[in-house]
Amino acid sequence: MISTKKNKIIDKLFQILGIISTFFGLLLLAVFIGFILYQGLGRLNFDFITALPSRIPERAGIYTALAGSLWILALSIIFSVPLGIAAAIYLEEYIPEGKFSKFLEINISNLAGVPSIIYGLLGLQIFSMFPGLNGSLLAGAFTLSLLILPIIIVAAREAIRAVPSSIKDAAYALGATKWQTIRHQTLPAAFGGIMTGIILALSRAVGEAAPLIVVGAMAYVPFVPKSPIDQYSVLPIQIFNWISRPQHGFVINAAAGIIVLLVITFSMNALAVYLRNKNQKKFS
Amino acid sequence: MKKIIYLLTLALLAGIYACNNGNSNENTGKLSGNIKIDGSSTVYPITEAVAEEFRNIQPEVHVTIGISGTGGGFKKFGRGETDISDASRTIKDSEKEVCEKNNIHYIELPVAYDGMAVVVNPENDWVDHFTVEELKLLWSPEAQDSILKWNQIRPEWPNKEIHLFGPGTASGTYDYFTHAIVGKSSSSRGDYTASEDDNVLVQGIKNDKYALGFFGLAYYEENKSILKLVPIDAGNGAVSPSAKTVLSGEYTPLSRPIFIYVNTNAAEKPEVVKFVEFYLENAKQLSAEVGYIPLQDEKYAASKKKFSDFLKTHKKSGK
Repeated sequence: MISTKKNKIIDKLFQILGIISTFFGLLLLAVFIGFILYQGLGRLNFDFITALPSRIPERAGIYTALAGSLWILALSIIFSVPLGIAAAIYLEEYIPEGKFSKFLEINISNLAGVPSIIYGLLGLQIFSMFPGLNGSLLAGAFTLSLLILPIIIVAAREAIRAVPSSIKDAAYALGATKWQTIRHQTLPAAFGGIMTGIILALSRAVGEAAPLIVVGAMAYVPFVPKSPIDQYSVLPIQIFNWISRPQHGFVINAAAGIIVLLVITFSMNALAVYLRNKNQKKFS
Repeated sequence: MKKIIYLLTLALLAGIYACNNGNSNENTGKLSGNIKIDGSSTVYPITEAVAEEFRNIQPEVHVTIGISGTGGGFKKFGRGETDISDASRTIKDSEKEVCEKNNIHYIELPVAYDGMAVVVNPENDWVDHFTVEELKLLWSPEAQDSILKWNQIRPEWPNKEIHLFGPGTASGTYDYFTHAIVGKSSSSRGDYTASEDDNVLVQGIKNDKYALGFFGLAYYEENKSILKLVPIDAGNGAVSPSAKTVLSGEYTPLSRPIFIYVNTNAAEKPEVVKFVEFYLENAKQLSAEVGYIPLQDEKYAASKKKFSDFLKTHKKSGK
């Protein structure tokens, strides 16, 4: 009798603990976003988006940093997406099960957890062999591609694995080859999941500053890069630079820059969620 | 599905295209080209200000500035990757050797003074000044785990723990402070709160009655109301840092000149020559505007002469 009562109390306590845990992170995030909005929203206007860097906080803007971030995103997509999907298809559909595939699997999962600065140092080693490319968009995008490749591979593999085997079996039964089955059945069915992984990986890449500073991204770039071998800056570096300046106006600029970066990552995440939901409806 | 990919690619391409057509000023007769600058984040605000103004008269010259730190900047400079290096200290022997090995010659030009402020919490009512000896006692490597309380520095000060704040060991400010106070560059106690972001130090000291820290004078100037400045006595009475005391040399040893280093090969490019001349011409006004202390007029004149003399002899021997 007493023990059931006690158990009920423990049950209740655990429930409360769970609620606190759930809301702790969310609350912190809400406080952070509220603070940033309070600080930066007033600064955010069209001029801020289209102005060049400046020593005067009220005149400074994020135009070239934003352009650099878009360049980096586009180039990273070109490098990492085909490689990532191809690797995932190979690992999921072609490689024979065994010690070797286990070995690859563990290593790729580990790579997904390596700190980004390590990739920056790797990129620096590689690109110091090509002095002309040092500090170029190409070097930055390549480094970030290495960073997000394992994430894309892992996500794409899971999406491919989730495709019901009945779909594949039906294709084989109709005499399709392996490639035909992958091309016309598996990939379209896994599309939503793969896109989700890619977009989440890219939204990580767009927030990175440290590895790009290591491979030579600049802090002051008063022009929009015109080719992949041009110098560049990105939003996170601009924000980092502003936060460490003594004048209070730059701290407000940094908050406004963070809002822009948050809008970019949130809308990318929203797109990922949308694609996932749409895909689920189709195949369930 | 295909439509979405298509739209996504289209949006991205459109974005890139729009950006590409950003600025295309047609200015015939004006200079063009690239100037690559990297180095100290302490010198960065001045160089940024100069580059911003330079762009108004030479819009086709693309100046880019990095913040790899003085050491990181000299590494690139020594490999010949940058035209100008921002430095918050003079070049080290090891860095000179790299330059010599790679046949890179340079000219060193001071551009402003950077004062360092020692600060405490405004509620701290016992500190009136610090002597250099006291700072040395507090910050030397031997002080770690032994000098932990205020009254160990002066017996009349409170019997309370002292909490130290300072820039991280990679910064030029730390290098200089340890050189000036401890007597050996990069040698200090390790048990202090370090941050590469001086605003973090400001917040730390602001919230802690028993704190003491040091950082660039500009950070004190912007946070006067929440910090208390500590005058420093180097043997001739306690002196507070200000433009006047730094210029007169009274505020020692915590003020230093900061520099740009120009690669002499880069100085063969007319846009680099123009930029450096413009830099020395405007450094006085612009360095003050971004929170630094300008050099004396005669020092700027000396730098200009050094640079123009160099250009003359260089042209003679070069051609």
